[in-house]
Amino acid sequence: MKLTRIGVLILVLLTTLFYLGAGNAVFASDTIKIGLAGPFSGDLAPYGIPPKDTVRLAAEVLNRSGGLLGKQVQILAEDDQCKAGTATNVASKLVGEGVIAVIGHICSGATIAAMSVYRAVKIPVISPSATNPSLTLENKNPNFFRTIPHDAAQANLQVDFITRHLKAKKVAIVHDKGDYGKGLATLVAEGLKQKKVEIVIFEGITPGAVDYSALIRKVKHANPDVVAFGGYHPEGSKIVTQARKRNIKASFISGDGLKDPSFIKIGRKFVEGYYVSSPADISKVEISREITRILKSKNQKAGNFGLQAHAAVTAIFNAVKKTNSTDPEKLQKALRSEKIDTTLGMISFDKNGDILGSGFSMYQVRDGQFVPVKW
Amino acid sequence: MKLRIIHSLIITFWFMLLCFPLVVLKIDYLEKSIRFRWINLFLTGLCVFFISLLWRYFLSRRRKYFLRLPEHFFDLHQSRLIRSKPFLFIFSLVFLSLPLILPNYHTSILITAMIYVVLGLGLNIVVGLAGLLDLGYAAFFAIGGYSFALLNHYFGFGFWASLPIAASLACLGGVLLGIPVLRLRGDYLAIVTLGFGEIIRLILENWEAFTKGPSGIPDLPKPGLFGIQLDFYSSTIYLYYLLILCMLAAILVTKRLSYSKTGRAWVALREDEIAAQSMGIDTTKTKLTAFGIGAFWAGIVGAFFASKNSFVDPSSFTFHESAIILSIVVLGGMGSILGVILATMILVLLPEYLRFLESYRMLIFGAIMVIMMVFRPEGLVKSVRQQYDFKNLK
Amino acid sequence: MDLYFLELFFSGLTRGGIYTLIALGYTMVYGIIGLINFAHGEIYMIAAFIGLTFAGIFSILQFSLISILLIAVFFAMLFSAAYGYTIEKTAYKPLRQASRLAPLISAIGMSIFLREYVILAQTPDFLAFPMLFGDLELPEFMMDFIQPTETIIILVSFFLVGILLLFIKHTKTGKAMRAISQDREMAMLLGVNSDKIISFTFMVGSLLAAFGAILISAHIGQINYNIGFIIGIKAFTAAVLGGIGSIPGAALGGLTLGLIESFATGYISSDYEDVFAFGILVLILIFKPAGFLGKKEHKKV
Repeated sequence: MKLTRIGVLILVLLTTLFYLGAGNAVFASDTIKIGLAGPFSGDLAPYGIPPKDTVRLAAEVLNRSGGLLGKQVQILAEDDQCKAGTATNVASKLVGEGVIAVIGHICSGATIAAMSVYRAVKIPVISPSATNPSLTLENKNPNFFRTIPHDAAQANLQVDFITRHLKAKKVAIVHDKGDYGKGLATLVAEGLKQKKVEIVIFEGITPGAVDYSALIRKVKHANPDVVAFGGYHPEGSKIVTQARKRNIKASFISGDGLKDPSFIKIGRKFVEGYYVSSPADISKVEISREITRILKSKNQKAGNFGLQAHAAVTAIFNAVKKTNSTDPEKLQKALRSEKIDTTLGMISFDKNGDILGSGFSMYQVRDGQFVPVKW
Repeated sequence: MKLRIIHSLIITFWFMLLCFPLVVLKIDYLEKSIRFRWINLFLTGLCVFFISLLWRYFLSRRRKYFLRLPEHFFDLHQSRLIRSKPFLFIFSLVFLSLPLILPNYHTSILITAMIYVVLGLGLNIVVGLAGLLDLGYAAFFAIGGYSFALLNHYFGFGFWASLPIAASLACLGGVLLGIPVLRLRGDYLAIVTLGFGEIIRLILENWEAFTKGPSGIPDLPKPGLFGIQLDFYSSTIYLYYLLILCMLAAILVTKRLSYSKTGRAWVALREDEIAAQSMGIDTTKTKLTAFGIGAFWAGIVGAFFASKNSFVDPSSFTFHESAIILSIVVLGGMGSILGVILATMILVLLPEYLRFLESYRMLIFGAIMVIMMVFRPEGLVKSVRQQYDFKNLK
Repeated sequence: MDLYFLELFFSGLTRGGIYTLIALGYTMVYGIIGLINFAHGEIYMIAAFIGLTFAGIFSILQFSLISILLIAVFFAMLFSAAYGYTIEKTAYKPLRQASRLAPLISAIGMSIFLREYVILAQTPDFLAFPMLFGDLELPEFMMDFIQPTETIIILVSFFLVGILLLFIKHTKTGKAMRAISQDREMAMLLGVNSDKIISFTFMVGSLLAAFGAILISAHIGQINYNIGFIIGIKAFTAAVLGGIGSIPGAALGGLTLGLIESFATGYISSDYEDVFAFGILVLILIFKPAGFLGKKEHKKV
C-alpha cells in the first residue's frame, strides 16, 4: 500500500516536471518570439528600460499590420541587471523559450558572458549598446551584430577633434571606471599619446560618489586645455557643473553616453559648450521622430539606446521577411547582406557585425540643444 | 473583527498619506507640469489594506504559527519522511535526472543556486558557527574566480589545474584578512570586512594591466572531462553534476567540521569569547581557521562561477553580493546546513521564478526578505546540535 | 601651506560634513538599539525626492527661492520622519527580541524595497534638483578655495552636531535616550517608555538625513533612486571610524574620512580614493579597535 502511494507520487512529480520542461515546445508554434535582455532593475535600469519600451512598440506596430510570416511577434524581455552571472541564465532562458533572435544585452560585460550561450545555438544577437571592440573584432561571434559603432571609431573621432579642431596641448582624461567609460577613455588616451599630446591627468571617479570636488581641484591645478570624460551623463553633468562653478575654462568632450536630453536638463547652463561625439544625427530621420513622438505620448522616452534598439529589432523583422524563415543561419546571412531603413537611417552590417551607415559626428550643446559642429 | 478592520483602515490611511507625494504627484518643474495619478493612490490603498489585515492577523499569532514551528514543521532533521530510505532514494533520483528532463535554462539557474548554496555554507562557518560578522565575503568569491581567469589567461591553465590554486589563494586571503581583525568585535569587524571586500573589487577594477580592469576576462574554458569534447548543452549538464559533487563535499565537510573539536571551539567562541578563552581555546587559531575554511569554499565556487559564465568582471562581486550571501545564512538559520539550502531556494531561485512580475520583481523580493525576517527571526531552520542519548548508549 | 593644500582641505571638509550629516542618523540608532540601519541611506534618498516634489510645486507657483528652500526642507523633514517611524514599526520593532543579525537582514530587505518603490512610483532616471541657494557670493579671496554651498554644508553640519549634543545632554528625552543605550531593561524598569524613545530616535535620525538630503542635492544638482547607497555606506564607515554610538565621534569620523579621500585624490589618484579610505580605516581600527571615541567594551563572563 505504502509503496503504491509513493509510486503515484513519483509519477505525478515526473509528469509535472516533464510538462514544465516540454511546455515551451508545445506552445511555441503560435508566435514568433524575440528575446530582449538588459538591466530593467538595479542601478543601470535607466539604460535598459527605454530599449524595452521601443522594442515593444515596434512589435505592437508590426502585429497590428499582421505580424511576421502570418504569426504574431512576441517580445520576451528579461532582466539581466548587467551582471555576468544573471546574463548567462537569462540567455539560457531565452534560448530555451525558443526565441529566433535576441536584442541585447545592454552592458558589454553581460553581453560577452551571454554570447557564450548564444554562440552555441547560432541565433542572431543584435546589441543596441555594447560597444566593447572585442565583441566583433576578434572573430569569435559570427552571430553578433550591433547597431552602435564600437568605441574605437568614436575614440578616433574624438582624438582628431581634440588635436585638429580644439588644438589642445594638454588634456585631462577622466572616466567612470566602468567598462564603457574606461574603455573609451583608454582608447582616447592612446590616440592622443600617438599625436604627442600631453595627458596631464588620467583618473577614474566612483559613479554615485557624493561630489568630485577634490578631483575638480586637481584638474584645475593641472590646467588642461581639454577635459575628456568617458562615462554616462549623470556623472558628466555633475563633473562639468562643479568644474564651471570653479571657473575651469577648459573645453569638455565626451562620448555618446552623454547624448541624452536629461544631460542638458540636469546640467542646465553649466553644460553649454560641451562637445559630445555621437552616432550621426538622426533627429531628421522621419521614423525616429515618429517613434520619439509616440513614446512621449506614452510617457516613455528613447533614452540613450532606445532608437538603436528599435533599429535592431527592425533589422530582425526585415531579415525574417526577406528569408521567409526563422532559421538562424539564414537570418545571419540576411542581416549581413540587406540594407534596412531604420530609425538610424539606411543601415547595414559589415562582415564583423558592426554597423555601416551610422558614423559618429561631433555635437555641441548650444542654447539647450545638441547642435552638430562643422569643422 | 470590526476593530481589526478599523485599525487596518487607519493604517491604510496613514500609508496613503505617506505615499502621496511620491505615488500620486509627478512634478517636472523645468517644464512646469504637475500630474496627479489618483488611481495609483487607490491601488496602493487597496494593497496596504489587505496586507495590513493579514500582517496584523499573523503577527498576533506569530508565536503560535511561526516561532514554534521548528518543533513540528521545519524540524526537518528529525523528520521521518526525510530520513526514510525510499524518500532519499527518490529525491536523489529526481535531483540527478533534473538536467536531463528540464530545459537548459533551469539547469543553468540550478547551477547558480548550488553555487550560492556552497557560498552560504562557507559563510555559515564564519558567521553562523564562529559568530564573526563578515560583510565582504564576495571578495573571496572574487579571488577564486579571478585566480582561475588569470591563470587561464596568462599561463593557459585549465579548470582542474587552477581549481586547487584558486581555493588555496582564497584561503590565504581569508587568513590574511583574519590576522589584522583578530581584536575587533561585532560591528567593527563588519565594517573592516566590508572595506576589505571593496578594496579587492577596486583593485580588480583599477589594475588594468594585470586584471584587464572593468571590461573583465572573457573566453574561460568549461571544466574538461578527460579530454572529451562537450557541446554547449552537455557541458552545462556536466557542470551541474560537478556542482552536485562540490555541494555534497561542502555539506559533508561542514557537517563533520561542526561536530569536530574545531567546530565546537567555533561555537564556544560565538557564544562567549572570554569564556572560551578561559576554557583553553586558542582564539587566534580558531578565528583564523574559520576565516580560512570559509574563504576556501568561496574560492572553489568562484572558479566554478567564472567557468560557468566563461567570463569574470569586477561588477559581479559587489557589496550587494556579500549582502545576499549573508542574507542566505541568516534567513536559513545561523549554523544550519538545511537552512542554507532552503534560503538559497528562496533568495536565488525566487527572483528567477518571479520574472513574470517584471518591474515589481525586486520590490517583492525586498518585501519577502523583511516579512521572512519578521515572522521567523531565528531563520527558517533552527540549528540543532548533535544530541547524545543515554538510552542508546546502553 | 600652499593654496592647493587649502583647496583640498576644504573639499575634504565639505565631504566630511556631508558624511557627518548622514552618519549622525546611523550612530544615534546604533547607540540606542545596536542596529546597523542599512535603510538609512534610502531615507536620505526618499527625502531628496520629496523635497524635489514640493520644491517643484512651489517653484511652478512662482514662490521666491528662499521660501521654496524652507518649504522643501520642511516637507522633506516631515515626511522622512514619518517614513523613519513607519519603517521602524514594521521592519524592526517585531524583531526587538531577536538576535542582532535579524534586523540587519530586515534592513537590507527594506532598503531594496524602498529603492524599487521609488523607481516604480517616480522614475529610474536622474532628475535635476533646483539650485535652491541661487547665486550666493562669498568674498573674492575665499571663492578661490571654497564654494558658497560648501560653506553652508560645513557650517550646518557642525551646527547640528552641537544642537544634538546639547539636546542629548540637557533634555529629559535626551536623558532617556542615554539611559536606554546604557541598559534598556533597567531604563524600562525606571519608567522610561522605551518604544516611544526608540521611535523618536528613528525620527530624529531621519530628520537629520532629510536636512542633509536637501542641502546636498541642492549643492550637487541631481538626484536619482540610487544616491542613498554610496553615501550610506560611507556614512556608516564614518560612524564606525569615530566610534559608533558617539555623536562627536560621527563628526570626527566623517571629517577624517572626507579629508583622507580628498588628499588621496589630490596627491595620489582618485582611482584609489576608496582603497585609501578603507585601508586607513582598517589601520585605525587595528590600533583603536573601538574607533576614535567609542566606548571600550568591558566584557565580563
